[in-house]
Amino acid sequence: MLSRTADHLFWMARYTERAENTARMLDVNIQTSMLPQSAEDAEQGWRAMLGISELQYAFDQKHRSLDAAKVLDFMVRDRSNPSSIASCLTEARENARAVRGTLTTEVWEIQNQTWLDVQKRLNSDLLETDPAKFFEWVKYRSHLSRGVTLGTMLRDEAVHFIRLGTFLERADNTARILDVKYHGAKEPQGDEMSQRDFYYWGALLRSVSGFEIYRKVYRDVITPARIAELLMLRGDMPRSLLACMEEVVSNLREVHNDVSADTERFAGRMHAQLKFGRIDDILKQGLHDTLTAFLADVYELGNRVSRDFLVPLAA
Amino acid sequence: MAKYFNEMTIDGLGMESSAAIREHYRDFCHWLQRLPAGSMEHKRAEADLAFRRVGITFAVYGDDAGTERLIPFDTIPRIIPASEWGQLKAGLAQRVQALNMFIHDIYHDQNIVKAGIIPAEQIYRNAQYRPEMQGINVASDIYAHIAGVDIVRAGQGEFYVLEDNLRVPSGVSYMLEDRKMMMRLFPDLFARNKIAPVDHYPDLLLDNLRSVAPMGVNDPTVVVMTPGMYNSAYFEHAFLAQQMGVELVEGKDLFVNDNAVYMRTTCGPKRVDVIYRRLDDDFLDPLAFRADSSLGVPGLLSVYRAGRVTLANAIGTGVADDKSIYPYVPDMIRFYLSQAPILNNVPTYQCRRKEDLDYTLANLPELVVKEVHGAGGYGMLVGPASTKQQIEDFRQRLLARPDGYIAQPTLALSACPTYVESGIAPRHIDLRPFVLSGKTISMVPGGLTRVALQEGSLVVNSSQGGGTKDTWVLEN
Repeated sequence: MLSRTADHLFWMARYTERAENTARMLDVNIQTSMLPQSAEDAEQGWRAMLGISELQYAFDQKHRSLDAAKVLDFMVRDRSNPSSIASCLTEARENARAVRGTLTTEVWEIQNQTWLDVQKRLNSDLLETDPAKFFEWVKYRSHLSRGVTLGTMLRDEAVHFIRLGTFLERADNTARILDVKYHGAKEPQGDEMSQRDFYYWGALLRSVSGFEIYRKVYRDVITPARIAELLMLRGDMPRSLLACMEEVVSNLREVHNDVSADTERFAGRMHAQLKFGRIDDILKQGLHDTLTAFLADVYELGNRVSRDFLVPLAA
Repeated sequence: MAKYFNEMTIDGLGMESSAAIREHYRDFCHWLQRLPAGSMEHKRAEADLAFRRVGITFAVYGDDAGTERLIPFDTIPRIIPASEWGQLKAGLAQRVQALNMFIHDIYHDQNIVKAGIIPAEQIYRNAQYRPEMQGINVASDIYAHIAGVDIVRAGQGEFYVLEDNLRVPSGVSYMLEDRKMMMRLFPDLFARNKIAPVDHYPDLLLDNLRSVAPMGVNDPTVVVMTPGMYNSAYFEHAFLAQQMGVELVEGKDLFVNDNAVYMRTTCGPKRVDVIYRRLDDDFLDPLAFRADSSLGVPGLLSVYRAGRVTLANAIGTGVADDKSIYPYVPDMIRFYLSQAPILNNVPTYQCRRKEDLDYTLANLPELVVKEVHGAGGYGMLVGPASTKQQIEDFRQRLLARPDGYIAQPTLALSACPTYVESGIAPRHIDLRPFVLSGKTISMVPGGLTRVALQEGSLVVNSSQGGGTKDTWVLEN
């Protein structure tokens, strides 16, 4: 497959996944902001939201003050923000358009229709009147795109690069959301989790479709340590870091070429750290430091994939 | 304007009288008249939506508002009876064969010049003549592998060739998508009429491209080369690559090494043998042609000249579809094939000649004047449809540079009933069949019918607001 084609497929998938994760994060923030809380806490929540995506600076450049409506507009509508949902869906579609011949008609039509529809939706007041419904729609379109990809495309390189993009992006997003929410939480007062904490952690779990999974896996009360374990180390949790890295490693193996051995080794090491890691050790070392290192590794891995497959420098 | 030929009805009578309807349209008209009111409106909206979802769009240069536009699609087909198609097909094959022989000749022995049939300066002073091609041998001596010949009808059995497009003719994807759309909207029509299929065009094209691979290559790698996704015909490039199951490459995906062309793939370099290129000669190789082209491949020409890669179409075909060479095509057919031309040429006044210029200047309101190197309906004057002021403006341009223009009588282009705002009304049409040349000459029945949607307009180009119709060749 052409390197440029693989590059477009990889980024089409990343942007699609990013739009979904942004929708998830915004949705959970709206849910938590409905809990009784102080104005500072509410603002803190929205500020953390920007922090997750490293967009605080860009936001402050545009807005003098911060409130829910402004953050929503910035993260959803604002085309000057390359990570806004509108930007991500446009980029996903542009990348798909560049390789539409490689995609099945169905996959292309999903991408194109999503792009046509998001403009229509954002031109209405849906985001203001019923944001949850809008975010639901974004998630649904992402599910559809993934499902149609798996349901209609030949299992060849194209699919592997799409999957690589999806899971690298998801690993990045899950790590960010866990990092910010974990450290944004109030110190628990005593052993018992307060009612407020329960909703806070519940919302975090829901943002990664993990609430029911948590119940099923632990059959016990919600604790931050178990949440961290679920989102990092459980291979059966589809949005966990380990599950993402498993997909990354296996798809990398499928597209293996003459120069990619080192990249596979790098991804394998990231995978092993999660697979054989224990949550107690991680918490002892410091969750934030571990996640920061993981994010740096994801970034490095993305660069290596680019260099080995997508934009080879030399002939 | 002179009386025109109506494809559907005789003597311009209404469709109400069935005696007035030409035989090959009778079944369709019968069907149309029984269609419940409003049903066609509904189908047309459905088609519009589907085209947009599928993203069958084209870009209009210099048009900010809609960089992606739909080509208007008309639901009334243009129907050609088998006997007429037989005549067209024979005429097209003859014409394209002669044109290929002509290109080969002028880049080799120039017999046609030596025989005094075409003046030497018409060829060597033509900007489309490529000295780089002189003496170069190409596979099977074929230069125009894909030709899109524009044909209009003036009367019963009376077809004229307007233009031989031998560089990078486009539009074939609309032909295929229009058919797909008609079959989706009106399956019953296809059940009751014997309509020759066209969907195998990509197969024919791939076959044709493989047949002209460089010598000694048994299993050639074919690619489609596009200037990129912002090109007006990008949809078509992607469509054809997908339908043929070959890679769609841009210049930056290719490189030259050790006298061969390679593409950059995820598994390293892969050799390329046949390039169906959809960009002009000028942009192919910055080392040989336009140095500022970032769309091409440095070194491509030298590999091509060494016969180690095939370009389709070949470099330098423009010299044969130029409007200044056009008047000589019937002579080429007689010269190379010793046959009488089957298709007519439009009588052409070459303004570089004094007497032709004088005639043109004296008759501007009746003539169509075209730029010799123009395309896409830009820079032309349609005398009968122009104001006095427009004619006077054009006269000045013509006087300033007479050798840049040719003039032709305004043909009474045939018209085909078409949906317009006021209902069904006749609109002028042309036909672009796509002729494939390789080891053999092949084509699918029909071609792309373009329709000028403005009342009375003769300009059918999509960049000038033209639409398209499905084209049916009825089998006997």
